[in-house]
Amino acid sequence: MARALQPYAAVVGVRFRMLLQYRAAALAGLWTQLVFGMVLIMIYEGFYRSSTADVQPMAFPQVASYVWLGQALLAMLPWNIDRELHAMVRSGAVAYELCRPVDLYGLWYARAVAHRTAPTVLRAVPMVMFATVVLPLVGLDEWRLEPPVSLAAGAGFALALGCALALACAISTLVNITMLWTIQNDGVLIIVTSVVSLLSGLLVPLPLLPDWAQPVVRWLPFAGVLDLPYRIYNGHIAPDGLPLVLARQLGWTLALVALGRWWLGRGMRRLVVQGG
Amino acid sequence: MLRGALALYVHYAKVSIRSQLQYRASVVMGTVGVCMITATEFIAVWALFDRFRQLRGWTLPEIALFYGMISISWALCDTVGRGFDSFGAMVKTGGFDRVLLRPRSTVFQLLAQDLVVRRIGRLVQGGAVLGYAIAAGAIDWTPGRVALLAGAIACGICAFLGLLICQATSTFWTVEGLEVWNAFTHGGLLMSQYPVSIYRSWFRGVFTYAIPLACVNYFPGLAILGRPDPLGTPPVLGWVAPLAGPAFLVVSLQLWRIGVRHYRSTGN
Repeated sequence: MARALQPYAAVVGVRFRMLLQYRAAALAGLWTQLVFGMVLIMIYEGFYRSSTADVQPMAFPQVASYVWLGQALLAMLPWNIDRELHAMVRSGAVAYELCRPVDLYGLWYARAVAHRTAPTVLRAVPMVMFATVVLPLVGLDEWRLEPPVSLAAGAGFALALGCALALACAISTLVNITMLWTIQNDGVLIIVTSVVSLLSGLLVPLPLLPDWAQPVVRWLPFAGVLDLPYRIYNGHIAPDGLPLVLARQLGWTLALVALGRWWLGRGMRRLVVQGG
Repeated sequence: MLRGALALYVHYAKVSIRSQLQYRASVVMGTVGVCMITATEFIAVWALFDRFRQLRGWTLPEIALFYGMISISWALCDTVGRGFDSFGAMVKTGGFDRVLLRPRSTVFQLLAQDLVVRRIGRLVQGGAVLGYAIAAGAIDWTPGRVALLAGAIACGICAFLGLLICQATSTFWTVEGLEVWNAFTHGGLLMSQYPVSIYRSWFRGVFTYAIPLACVNYFPGLAILGRPDPLGTPPVLGWVAPLAGPAFLVVSLQLWRIGVRHYRSTGN
């Protein structure tokens, strides 16, 4: 088993180290996301200050933490593509991928894992530092990213985040597979981006969406990549809700991996390699 | 001279649009996609109002006016300003040398560089949101207010264009394009979608005095709505403040000129 997984682990390792080289880009992106995070928090602050209802589905400090986690872990969301893979399909170099003695789905999935983790690590660490340490120092204590509400919540968050990664990579790989049909998959990508950003909770924490929408968004796969782990972190979901969260995430991951494998198989049968 | 420039610009635009339309399906998908992305953004705003009812005394139709105005300004600026937005690549490859050789101003050529058709998607969204603000009866129309709305949108284009020119100018020194400016362009767009009175004063200051996005959006927006400013500025400000947009553009063009003199080709 361990030996069978070795080539995929190697792909993750190599790609991860390569993507870690883009430090300047990560730093520039970090600044933009800090500004975005602060604007979003001021907007929520405004809404909470003017709310006439006694109880909102999520308290303001919980929303602040949710926003910062979203900004810190933005690169984990399945929305931007692996440009190299994209170029490979366009140029025809994808043919080389077929020659490798490994399972193609596994290979692409391993690439996705590196693509989702390396930029995230680069951004998340300084972002979390800013949101937990710097903000209270400059007198913006109420905007800060709070630590997990309890040890159990922290551990649960770590588990759920791991499953969120698995799910995000399954969605990413699925998007990459659509390239075999469309070659130029900008359109698919934009649609996925808009769906993911709304239904994962990136634009608005999911509990703040209208009540009638709750049963729908809760059962869609997108909540699993962002909303569910963040709500374990900020205590909106109690630790005893963890098994259900993990079950949802893993259930969707398995379903989407199965779909991806089947689809990739079909795509490969009809693949016409571009160029000579 | 001016007529010649205009004719040339129209020609450039036609060429650019025609070349994109060679990939018709891609353009259509892209436009629909941008519509979708921007529509989901506004769905998020609507959802927050659905839950909280109001934002420090502002209602959704009022927010929609600010939101629609700034979205239209950005969409139009983004359509013509692409050459400045992706200027880093041009400096890096030495492509700017060619621009310098041609007998037209650099700014003119960059404005004509690349008109991106699918950006129309945001224009459609901005128009729809503004249409909602109007249909919801947030505005008591007078001829002056109609003119102010059009003027503020035009001044907003100038302000954003000034930002893109500053961004491009910085690449004369850094060579690499800087994503840092996104905080001001995209961050400024997000910020302007809500009235600036909801933000902290230091933050408001940056986007009023340093980058005049509040001047082209918030103050004229108040005058169009006929609302007194919760911050206590005089109502006449709404009619004057938008001029900060063109002023900002003039300043950024001066910086651009300095940058061009500083330019050293990376070679090819």
